[in-house]
Amino acid sequence: MNKSIMGLALASLLGASQVASALTVGFSQVGSESGWRTTFSESVKAEADKRGIDLKFSDAQQKQENQIKAIRSFIAQGVDAIVVAPVVETGWRPVLMEARRARIPVVIVDRNVAVNNDQLYVTRIAPNFVDEGRKAANWLMDATDGQCDIVELQGTVGSSAAIGRMEGFNEVIGKYEGAKIVRSQTAEFTRAKGKEVMESILKAEGGGKELCALWTHNDEMALGAIQAIREAGLKPGEDILVVSVDAVDDIFSALKAGDVNASVEMSPHLGGPAFDVIEAYLDGKRDFEKWMVMDGRIFTQENYQDEYELRKSQ
Amino acid sequence: MRYKDLSPAVRRSLWPIIGLFVLLLANVLISPEFFSIEIKDGRFYGSLIDVMNRAAPVALLAIGMTLVIATGGVDLSVGSVMAIAGAVSAGLIVGGVDNIAIVIGGGLLAGVAAGFVNGFLVGYFGIQPIVATLILMVAGRGIAQLINSGQIVTFHHEAFEYLGVGYLFGLPFPIILVIITFVLVQLLMRRTALGLFVEGVGANASASHYIGINDKLIKLMVYCVSGLCAAVAGMIAAADIGGSDANNAGLWLELDAILAVVIGGASLMGGRFSVFLSIIGALIIQALTITIILSGVPPKFNLLIKAAAIIVILLLQSPEFHRQIARFKKAGGAQS
Repeated sequence: MNKSIMGLALASLLGASQVASALTVGFSQVGSESGWRTTFSESVKAEADKRGIDLKFSDAQQKQENQIKAIRSFIAQGVDAIVVAPVVETGWRPVLMEARRARIPVVIVDRNVAVNNDQLYVTRIAPNFVDEGRKAANWLMDATDGQCDIVELQGTVGSSAAIGRMEGFNEVIGKYEGAKIVRSQTAEFTRAKGKEVMESILKAEGGGKELCALWTHNDEMALGAIQAIREAGLKPGEDILVVSVDAVDDIFSALKAGDVNASVEMSPHLGGPAFDVIEAYLDGKRDFEKWMVMDGRIFTQENYQDEYELRKSQ
Repeated sequence: MRYKDLSPAVRRSLWPIIGLFVLLLANVLISPEFFSIEIKDGRFYGSLIDVMNRAAPVALLAIGMTLVIATGGVDLSVGSVMAIAGAVSAGLIVGGVDNIAIVIGGGLLAGVAAGFVNGFLVGYFGIQPIVATLILMVAGRGIAQLINSGQIVTFHHEAFEYLGVGYLFGLPFPIILVIITFVLVQLLMRRTALGLFVEGVGANASASHYIGINDKLIKLMVYCVSGLCAAVAGMIAAADIGGSDANNAGLWLELDAILAVVIGGASLMGGRFSVFLSIIGALIIQALTITIILSGVPPKFNLLIKAAAIIVILLLQSPEFHRQIARFKKAGGAQS
């Protein structure tokens, strides 16, 4: 009897010392549906390793119920903090309440959650889609002096990234008389569709010689579309300017080849900022902005080299 | 000659062909340059060529699917098999294999292996085709993701990319591949008794069994052919974009392939089939997609328009619908 109590006490002592030395953070990720998402997951794991954080990673395979289960198990395990990349916006209130009752801080990354009480999470760290669209449009308007017939390849219809980027882009070009979108069609964020849709658009526009620029809601579609432009006998990047969003690794090769003119960065490296917030919170800081915008750079032919070398070396 | 004097075979093939024709005509109204085909650098260039080129993957899937459906089965795994074949080929190229025969052979082998698993489950274990192939439909994409370790694998290999972007006799190579596959399958099915066996198994598996047809082997074979066709389609898709995208390659294309076969007039219950009409079905689906892009309607209407057009085409070829129309006309005539 005595022995077992001693054992328990010892175990709890050991446990306590572990908590003191290393932070335990639970991370519920959406899934691994795109290259961007896997880079995001890998980056969070690498960042946790670097800081000596004990990361409990859970892949929800695109299902909210899995995320809720994962968060409940994090709470049961008594982690120090929880990071969630939510798959959808709604339905988070009950589980966030549970985390709050257990006094575990929650940081939201990437997509948004719709809860009426913003005390339920510490902060949200996410890119601003509308701003990404604005940046792309500003670059294009500078490059063409506001005179441009633009083809737009949209992302998946109804996705928040597509809606936001479209809104920001249109807001900027609306100020220029000479700039207009002549064709807009969805290519579902994929390379294959980007190529297929661009092929047809080029034909519908009489070979595409009158077009000035292509604006795509992500890099994958741009990478497909530049092949279609090339096959139509035009030079992407010169005859038709190409501007997109994401700055994935493959777009840098295209920037180097001169096929793509600009890509707005949507950084997948959300792990660092999230852990910064958690560490500050556990040190007693409370007054966080409710939305910390991840500011993306814009990579063009002039400034891509350093980043290209950096990524190649990794 | 009146419609009802036509033989059933001619009647069946009439409607898909008319459907395709009407769609193509609609395109002329939408964009007059639709039928213009130029020759650029010794290659044919135009929207019609695009329709055929882009329909190639679904047409290939539909060729395999036709045989499977003719035996009374269905193969839901073809989209995932496309992703696997693309991932295997891309993996070999990135792994440093330069020999084109090995790269293509690897992809084809993956397809046959997948088909073998399906065929074995359906033929020898008697598992319902929809369930047996559902396993690989779900797991297959996971396998492809595993091969690619979750990334989009980008590669550069001129000989392999020829599958997707090469030209032969001025035509995109995917079109040539469809023609070759079609001729091979047609010879196999119609110049040997194999086609009859397939239809026999589809019409009545146990009767076929009693007259000495090895129905299990026939089923195994058609799933292997379907896997092989899917592998070719998958390699075309990967070669076309110079990358293997395990998440999106062939996504939902199994449904397009089934639709193509149905538009081609085959019954999902099995029995008579026509590979040629299934290819027409695939062309109809692609012509529709390109019509929508050319017409410039907002993207949110894409799927709605597609669905409406498909319903009309299916109604047109439904014998019951024809009977209803005839009855309606007769009633109208009697009143007046």
